[in-house]
Amino acid sequence: MVSALLVMVGLGLVLGALLGYASIKFRVEGDPLVDKIDAILPQTQCGQCGYPGCRPYAAAIAKGEADINQCPPGGEAGVRALADLLGVEPKPLNTAHGVPKPKSVAVIDENLCIGCTLCIQACPVDAILGAAKQMHTVIASECTGCELCVAPCPVDCITMVPIPETVSNWKWRYPVFEIKAVS
Amino acid sequence: MIEKLFKFHGGVHPPEHKAESAATPIRPVPMPARLVLPLRQHIGNVAKVKVAVGDHVLKGQQLAAPEGMISAAVHAPTSGTVVAIDEQLIPHVSGLPDLCITLQADGEDRWIEREPLDYEDMEKTAVIEALRQAGVVGLGGATFPTHVKLRADPRHPVKTLILNGAECEPFITCDDRLMRERADEIIRGLQIMAYLLDAECCLVGIEDNKPEAAQAMRTACARSAVPVEVVLVPTLYPGGGAKQLIKVLTGWEVPSGKLPSEIGVQCFNVATAYAVHRFIDHGEPVISRIVTVTGKVARPGNFEVPLGMAIETLVQAAGGAAPDIDGFIMGGPMMGFKLPSPRVPVVKATNCIIAASPDLFPPQPLPMPCIRCARCADVCPANLQPQELYWFAKSQNFEKARDYHLFDCIECGCCSYVCPSHIPLVQYYRYAKSEIIALDRAKQAANLARERNQLRLARIEREKQERQARHAQKAMGAKTDTAADEAKKAIIAAAIERAKAQKAAVTPQNTDHLPPEAQAEIARIEARRSQAMEQQKE
Repeated sequence: MVSALLVMVGLGLVLGALLGYASIKFRVEGDPLVDKIDAILPQTQCGQCGYPGCRPYAAAIAKGEADINQCPPGGEAGVRALADLLGVEPKPLNTAHGVPKPKSVAVIDENLCIGCTLCIQACPVDAILGAAKQMHTVIASECTGCELCVAPCPVDCITMVPIPETVSNWKWRYPVFEIKAVS
Repeated sequence: MIEKLFKFHGGVHPPEHKAESAATPIRPVPMPARLVLPLRQHIGNVAKVKVAVGDHVLKGQQLAAPEGMISAAVHAPTSGTVVAIDEQLIPHVSGLPDLCITLQADGEDRWIEREPLDYEDMEKTAVIEALRQAGVVGLGGATFPTHVKLRADPRHPVKTLILNGAECEPFITCDDRLMRERADEIIRGLQIMAYLLDAECCLVGIEDNKPEAAQAMRTACARSAVPVEVVLVPTLYPGGGAKQLIKVLTGWEVPSGKLPSEIGVQCFNVATAYAVHRFIDHGEPVISRIVTVTGKVARPGNFEVPLGMAIETLVQAAGGAAPDIDGFIMGGPMMGFKLPSPRVPVVKATNCIIAASPDLFPPQPLPMPCIRCARCADVCPANLQPQELYWFAKSQNFEKARDYHLFDCIECGCCSYVCPSHIPLVQYYRYAKSEIIALDRAKQAANLARERNQLRLARIEREKQERQARHAQKAMGAKTDTAADEAKKAIIAAAIERAKAQKAAVTPQNTDHLPPEAQAEIARIEARRSQAMEQQKE
């Protein structure tokens, strides 16, 4: 009886010590769920979800503070992927946060730009090049199309231009067939 | 010596239709007045324009330089003037325009200085670079830059060099005619390639429906210094696919996602070997190619066509198309596509032009549901499960399609060919592939944006901390550094004093050299002023 108790207590102590050690040794830095959610988000950093960037939104979803349908650039596909990850039902995009738009890049009209640097400060990914009283320009390959630079411009010289379809980014279409009525 | 041939999985026997165009020798075509040369004639980076509108160029002059390793140059097929560099329709399935150089021929057809390359006395890397500048790409239709495949890689030495003369697609006979008429030149190109790769064994694979070509190649091989073996392979579509031909000749299977060079084999089209020979031994870059013109044309056959010639002009050279045609197909009927316009130019990928008509290619009946007969799986030369891929592509389940090795599909069209429900399976695979590629690109862009955003946030945080540190330092400094400040102030004051003294010593006074009566007058005035000052004080 006593020996059995001792064995059980001893086992408990040993295993407890092992678990305690493992939890320190193999400690996971940060929240892996936030990383997983962040990986799905489109990284536009546009803030349309109501959070100052994709990662804060991911953190809010992980905490349960934000819903999964607040990201217009991610679109319905993004909502589906988030629903899959979190094991919840997908829901339609919340249009209060905006509607999905074709992918665009910001273009600065360099004749109008006065070199105020306001757009440079607004750009979340440092995709605008320029200096005070110097002409600014957008690095198109780095622009996420978040539109955050459009509002601060005092001379309205920034426009969002949809990316045109070219031979290099052309995609095969989903096969569709015309159904003919039988007379 | 090849003793035994192997079999690849699947394959089909579509009607060959090769007799129409294979009978007549390769014909030259008159040089057109206007040539349109797309800058995207190869896989990889678009070539970079080197000429300006109005420039006069000579035949064989480089118009656009390769950009990066996987890229190829574009040359002028004749002498003339560059009249435009703009977007024009190109032979691409999308029907979208792309950047092209338009050349107005001057009729003189004057060459640049041509010099054969003494490649055996050169560094191999220099020869590879020369081939890159010569615009040599795979002329079987894939147009992958040849110099990339010819770089000897110490990790994967290429033991076996295979020349692909299988030409398995129906209708196409350009390689057949080339082998019959220019076998010696092809073997010469093969020798150069074997030298560059240090290959030990050279094979030429030819389908057994081309006995004349095989005979001509055998005769040429007998004359060649390097041992080359010509092997007749059974006629079975797609036996001319690189991986399929390697399997038939060597029995080796190229693993999924790997290149043939990784198992020590390299495979080139016969026309590519010919292009290598033309450049190395004659200094001629790729400015023309052999094109089969067949289908509903008056005199089908093979033509040596300058790149950039409009398809409709080429069809005129073949006697013109029948009135009932409904378009032109570039490539074969299995893998080719309908051209967006008959005015698009011939490019390096144009191996065949078929004038298509409804009676030649009857319209496909509407697709019916998949009945899971798995005939597609029986004929798939890549050993895939086409029916599974079809369901995944149709339901846009792209990750699953990728797991089922969608990217091993060579889009040969065997599955669509045998499908009893007439489902255009390859269209679904192409759709899924391009969606996956686009998704991967979006993912990469997102990763870049995330990284840049994190760097920016880190920078803002760092600047904030630096500013705070500076402010704190200043606040502390106001209290503690008074002694140092006093010393600094004293130094400044002393400096000001010194400057004043210096100024006084240097500046001349206008009272210095005056006659004595004026001096006396000044003294009197000064005395009066001091008296007045004293009175005022009192």
